[in-house]
Amino acid sequence: MGKINEVFVKGNWNEQVNVRDFVQKNITPYEGDSSFLCGPTDRTKKLWEICLDAIKEERANNGVRSIDTETISTITSHEAGYIQKDLELIVGLQTDELLKRAMKPYGGIAVVEKACSEQGLEVSDRVKDIFRNYAKTHNDGVFDVYTDEIRKYRSLGFLTGLPDNYARGRIIGDYRRLALYGIDRLVAAKKADLAGLVGPMSDDKIRLREEVAEQIKALVHIKELGAKYGLDLSRPAESAQEAVQWVYMAYLSAVKEQDGAAMSLGNVSSFLDIYMEYDLANGNITEELAQEFIDQFVMKLRVVRHLRMNAYNEIFAGDPTWVTEAIGGKLMDGRHKITKTSYRFLQTLYNLGPSPEPNMTVLWSQDLPENFKKFCAQVSIDTSSIQYENDDLMTNTRNSDDYGIACCVSFQEIGKHIQFFGARTNLAKTLLLAINGGRCEMSGKTIVEGIPALKSEVLDFEEVMANYKLAMKDVARVYNESMNIIHYMHDKYYYEKAQMAFVDTNPKVNLAYGMAGLSIVADSLSAIKHAKVTVVRNEDGLSTDFKIEGEFPCYGNDDDRVDNLAVDISNHFNQLLCGLATYKNAEPTMSILTITSNVVYGLKTGATPDGRAQGVPFAPGANPMHGRDKNGAIASLNSVAKLDYKNALDGISNTFSIIPKSLGADAETRTDNLVTMMDAYFSKEAHHLNVNVLNRELLEDAMENPGEYPQLTIRVSGYAVNFVRLTREQQLEVISRSFHSNM
Amino acid sequence: MLRVHSFESLGTYDGPGIRLVVFLQGCNFKCLYCANADTIELKGGTATSVEEIVNMAKNQKPFFGKKGGLTFSGGEPLVQAKQLLPVVKTLKQEGFHVCIDTNGSILNDDVKAVMEYVDIVLLDIKHINEAQHQLLTGKSNAKTLAFVDYLQEINKPVWLRYVLVPGYSNNTEHLHQLGKHFQAYNNIEKLEIQPYHELGAHKYEHLGWEYKLKGVKANTPEQLDEAYNILTTYFKEVVIN
Repeated sequence: MGKINEVFVKGNWNEQVNVRDFVQKNITPYEGDSSFLCGPTDRTKKLWEICLDAIKEERANNGVRSIDTETISTITSHEAGYIQKDLELIVGLQTDELLKRAMKPYGGIAVVEKACSEQGLEVSDRVKDIFRNYAKTHNDGVFDVYTDEIRKYRSLGFLTGLPDNYARGRIIGDYRRLALYGIDRLVAAKKADLAGLVGPMSDDKIRLREEVAEQIKALVHIKELGAKYGLDLSRPAESAQEAVQWVYMAYLSAVKEQDGAAMSLGNVSSFLDIYMEYDLANGNITEELAQEFIDQFVMKLRVVRHLRMNAYNEIFAGDPTWVTEAIGGKLMDGRHKITKTSYRFLQTLYNLGPSPEPNMTVLWSQDLPENFKKFCAQVSIDTSSIQYENDDLMTNTRNSDDYGIACCVSFQEIGKHIQFFGARTNLAKTLLLAINGGRCEMSGKTIVEGIPALKSEVLDFEEVMANYKLAMKDVARVYNESMNIIHYMHDKYYYEKAQMAFVDTNPKVNLAYGMAGLSIVADSLSAIKHAKVTVVRNEDGLSTDFKIEGEFPCYGNDDDRVDNLAVDISNHFNQLLCGLATYKNAEPTMSILTITSNVVYGLKTGATPDGRAQGVPFAPGANPMHGRDKNGAIASLNSVAKLDYKNALDGISNTFSIIPKSLGADAETRTDNLVTMMDAYFSKEAHHLNVNVLNRELLEDAMENPGEYPQLTIRVSGYAVNFVRLTREQQLEVISRSFHSNM
Repeated sequence: MLRVHSFESLGTYDGPGIRLVVFLQGCNFKCLYCANADTIELKGGTATSVEEIVNMAKNQKPFFGKKGGLTFSGGEPLVQAKQLLPVVKTLKQEGFHVCIDTNGSILNDDVKAVMEYVDIVLLDIKHINEAQHQLLTGKSNAKTLAFVDYLQEINKPVWLRYVLVPGYSNNTEHLHQLGKHFQAYNNIEKLEIQPYHELGAHKYEHLGWEYKLKGVKANTPEQLDEAYNILTTYFKEVVIN
């Protein structure tokens, strides 16, 4: 143990690897306001300017600055890289050069080849040879095993975005462990675990022994990575600067080895604060320096990049990395977890300007200090870069106060829990199976057997519902089969050894399913129930349009007649998923979240009974459909709040966009009203809220003059993007969404 | 049953805090600049029960926070005073904060009964000069001025609201006259200047009506400043909405 560890309050964390205990015993909750915060130092400003120039170059060069086509990226594959060494207090890049992207072919070599060729580059012959002739990838494994049925569901758009040709991501290592314990202690703990994993040698036991052995190798590599930067990671961090550096090195190892869709950071701010408080109290650092450590750390997180092919952009627009950092929340003992470093993280949005990454997520509790709530609201109004999640709901439901957010919105207990990412299924397209005798409405292919033809072209609610339940049952079955295959193969061919080295041996696993199209389904069922809907069919008997006579309530107006349909369908589908056996006995959870795939899902779905035409994008996540929420923003929030988190434990995403004026006439009123809204929304057990405070005209101007808005950030579904990095279609779709205005 | 034109669940300009604004159908005035021209027609609207409105309010209660509540606007809500009475009475019994946004031209027994359950009256004073008031609204301002007297008598808090229409209601002399008339009323808590905008003009086209203020531009910052400076000499608090 280093010296600094001797002065901290002792506890179970001294005996076992237990960061939560350390935080609990040593945290200094902060009640004050933001007036202590410092602006950026000259060093920070210079460094960030270099980054901004590089980012500009990247955007000008088709979104990619450069690619290393020779090296297979591993924890130790690249020599040390710097932005400008003499200015850097926190060091480390994924490769030897700023924004140079690395190849991680274990997810699938074809994807890497495509990503390179789209930039006019070619993967080196050596690497091609290895992965075509010797090494097997995750992608190879999955497609060796996929059934014809799964392939059909996938190609026709019932299942989309499955992590079968890219890394699954979503696993969060407890990166704080490196700072608190150092490599040597962590290796010793893993070795002890391994020694305890003895016979009988079942499949499970053998696999777990191999996993732990891999983790130990990764830890040794991480120590080597540190040495390249002149850092002795074998021991614990001994200062605030080292604590930040050590945590970053652990995270950096993860993003050097893996290019998972989402690579969250966890909840490091209040942990780091303990070191900051010590160094500040002892006069070792000033507030300016404390802020500088965080600014530079965040700068590094902003330049994390993965090599992606263009098609990836359809489901995950804007080149996101999901470096999600969860800030705040409450401890089980009733104290809150707001520290000065919680403020310092948010302050980076001023010091470095707005940014989509790291994906700042405030864990909102009713009991957070008013000062902090107001500061968050202010930052949201100024930058539109924060999302909020209901800490009271998650802590009570999941029984943990030390969790991060995986990807967009998903709870994950840090170091104890991991999750298997499952993309999502299209429940709106599934509804059309109920109307078309189990055939895909666009291709005519039979997807589900045994669904009777409808008795009448005027849709009968009970009859459609009965068919819909049959269709959902089969879709759930095929979805589950694909998930089991994908995660079996990912473990086998692209195991996350660097991240899992910072997770307990044999952690709990969530299988994170997802559904898309909820608002379309709810409105369609409402139309069938409350109005008269007649199917229009083509010569093949497939639905092409729906004639609607009469009025029907739409989801998003706080009207139980339709909102309850949304609740019933999401609960029902979740229950179907929960009844199916899973790989590694993972606990099934489901999200109502689309990322940006709501556009692709719309394209692949025919006309629906709610009056939506073929090809029109869905609303994102759990949002009501654009323009159908007629009673204003709060009625819309109230509808979404009715969805049951217990039946959607992977998260319920709601993206809320409002023009500044609608929050009130002056700055103070706007902040107060936003705080009140958040308190109220979460008091109704709602789960998540993306908050954008923007004028539509600003976005339109940014479309025309992208050069003037390099940092314009907008929250989409559970994450944020640089608006100017979206394609024109995606930009138009974002602009078409409901901007709440009471003017 | 109340005849409702529409709801705005995030009302931030019609009374304190966040409010559920209920726009009632029908108005006895026809102001040249009306931004909600589609609420003027006395017939129509969606028949809505006391229960429906109270339920909406209950669903929204956490959003009202410490200050917010409901505001009945329109149209002219007091045209339906008889139907409004059981609604505001129930809301008050349930502990909600209630505002009425009115032109103050109707004062009868029903209106007096409604006032017992109202916390703040948002009183739209269209013009202090009788002739100009006639021009803008087609009606005399005498009843509105008498209504403010009544509210003073029953000691009901009032927020005056004044739409500043360039060339119609921003005359310096008239602004002083407005201030002088109301400065002695101690139930008037503040005056809100409502800048003129053309956002409602498209509704006239839709209704097949002529928009008589065509060509009148939104207020310049100087016009707003001037009005603000004059009116602050008379009122405890003046805000520009």
